[in-house]
Amino acid sequence: MSLAARDRRLGWGLVAPALAWTVAFFVLPFAAMVALSFARMEGREIVPAFDPGNYARFFSEWPLFKALLNSMEITVVVTVVSVLLAYPLAAIIAFRVPVRWQRLALLMAVLPFWTSYVVRSYAWLLVLGQNGVLNKALLGAGLIAEPLEIAATRTATVIGFVHFFVMLLTLTIYANLVQLPTNYARAARDLGAGPVQVFRFVILPLTLPGVVTGAFLTFVLCMGDYITPQILGGNNELTLPQLIMLQLGRSGNFPLASALSVVLMAVITLAYLLSSRWLRVDRV
Amino acid sequence: MTLRFGISALALLVASPALSQELNALVWCDHADPALVAPFEEKFGVKVNLKEYEGTAAGMAILDGSQPGEWDVLVIDAVDVGRAVEAGKLAPIPAEALPTGDFFPELVMAENNTVDGVTYAVTEKFGYNTIAYDKTKVDPADMADMATLVSGKYDGRIAIYDYYLPVLGLVAMGQGIATADITAESLALLREPLFALKKASKQVADVVSAQTALATGEVDIMVGGGEWVTAVLAADNPNLDWTIPKQGGLRWAQSIGVVAGTTQPDLALEFVKYIVSPEGQAKLATSACYWGMPANAKTGDVLTPEQKAVLRWDEQADFLARAQLYPIPDAALDTAMQDLWTEMLQQ
Repeated sequence: MSLAARDRRLGWGLVAPALAWTVAFFVLPFAAMVALSFARMEGREIVPAFDPGNYARFFSEWPLFKALLNSMEITVVVTVVSVLLAYPLAAIIAFRVPVRWQRLALLMAVLPFWTSYVVRSYAWLLVLGQNGVLNKALLGAGLIAEPLEIAATRTATVIGFVHFFVMLLTLTIYANLVQLPTNYARAARDLGAGPVQVFRFVILPLTLPGVVTGAFLTFVLCMGDYITPQILGGNNELTLPQLIMLQLGRSGNFPLASALSVVLMAVITLAYLLSSRWLRVDRV
Repeated sequence: MTLRFGISALALLVASPALSQELNALVWCDHADPALVAPFEEKFGVKVNLKEYEGTAAGMAILDGSQPGEWDVLVIDAVDVGRAVEAGKLAPIPAEALPTGDFFPELVMAENNTVDGVTYAVTEKFGYNTIAYDKTKVDPADMADMATLVSGKYDGRIAIYDYYLPVLGLVAMGQGIATADITAESLALLREPLFALKKASKQVADVVSAQTALATGEVDIMVGGGEWVTAVLAADNPNLDWTIPKQGGLRWAQSIGVVAGTTQPDLALEFVKYIVSPEGQAKLATSACYWGMPANAKTGDVLTPEQKAVLRWDEQADFLARAQLYPIPDAALDTAMQDLWTEMLQQ
């Protein structure tokens, strides 16, 4: 056996466990889900079929399709706001905080990660409620006359999401920023660039992979999240994951739930394709 | 051929309990109170494994994805016992072994717990889906009429319980339609009143969210609430109360039975008997998850006067007379009701 052939066999041997894992726990379940999405319900029974009815229903029934629109709107707002908040925070930690304190600063930034996701959502409910911390503070300071109606709204959902994803994005952007050689910005300044030009033409393009990677992760996690809109949104509108949960837990309509899940996967795949040009996992 | 597939994925999420020296029960959260199962475990020297579920569809899916003999006991909505029997999920149990003679007569529910004269389950707990409220924030007299809820007076101060069957039942009663008379045609009449209720509401809430909203003052009224929402909060918030309006309320009831195919039917039956005994009933009625009235009237001898006051024990005769059972839709009507509910949520 040649050296190259031996290397190939060794390579396949090393990759085989991961490949088997992926096939067993992603490819096969995904194929089963796609197959199930074409089945149909007869009464309370699932009947195998090749029926695109679940997809037709999703695109033709407004309450179902609106769940996708709700998810998209919330996700886009959360992603944009999170990036706008996380970038300056990451830049301050990377450029303004002394190196010996940066690790502590990052630790402080991700501290809320240590709390359970559900507990954190309920905590936000207590902060944003009519008699919550925020309203009491604003009323006490005389800034408002009536409590703000934030809890059980989309705004509350967005706040809960942003709190979570700013931490995530700060990490990815920070990792990108600290890899930038300081010479680049210095050279630009030597050539007459002002601070805005240095940021716009040097720093931002070079940190874009970190931003896009973090934004993509935010998009994926936000699109698929069920807990935050359920707790903070007051169930006043349904997102796609909430609609999927309704089909699974209440209706027992596994074919429709599968079709909705395939749609969710398709949207995330589309987001990946659109952002793949800038996705650089090795830079974060 | 009809197959049930797609269930296996859900089954993977369910812990597979061991079978020896253990009793495996698929239950609602009120059974997960250690104070309830501990006396049974001590008496019989067994470990009771409890798996909580919500909604009959989810429970049926778990049973579909399980091996025969994996589960011994099932707690289920009383109105869905027939559905479970039809699906072959429940085993017959000897009626003579059950103390139904001591039950509130309305809670024997033979029409639900027996099929073709064979007993498959026994009612264990009941309560009401009606109007719960904070009596310091709303006029209790207003709560006697469901029409007040959509009058504009309480806009933005209402939570709707996120369960389509009782709330659609309440809306139907508000329109003068008995819950048993809800059909595909009459469902159309519920659309506008349901959407009007949603418009007047602040949120549609599950049990925990509703309790949080009432306790924190986020809302003052819960449509679909009852003693099961307010009782556990009574010690900290005695201002929470509930009533059955003049249009009536819904009576919920849960039953317990032995799962078909169990390998230890005698032990499973003993557990059922323990749960419907006055001792088990008292602990179940005041469970940490939610309170509710015991089906066995002799439990009144075990409960404390304070517990009976919270449960409104002495008013049960009137409440039972004015409450109707949950709607029992067939598959098509159930789908139509859930579609209407989804549309309401998206309003």
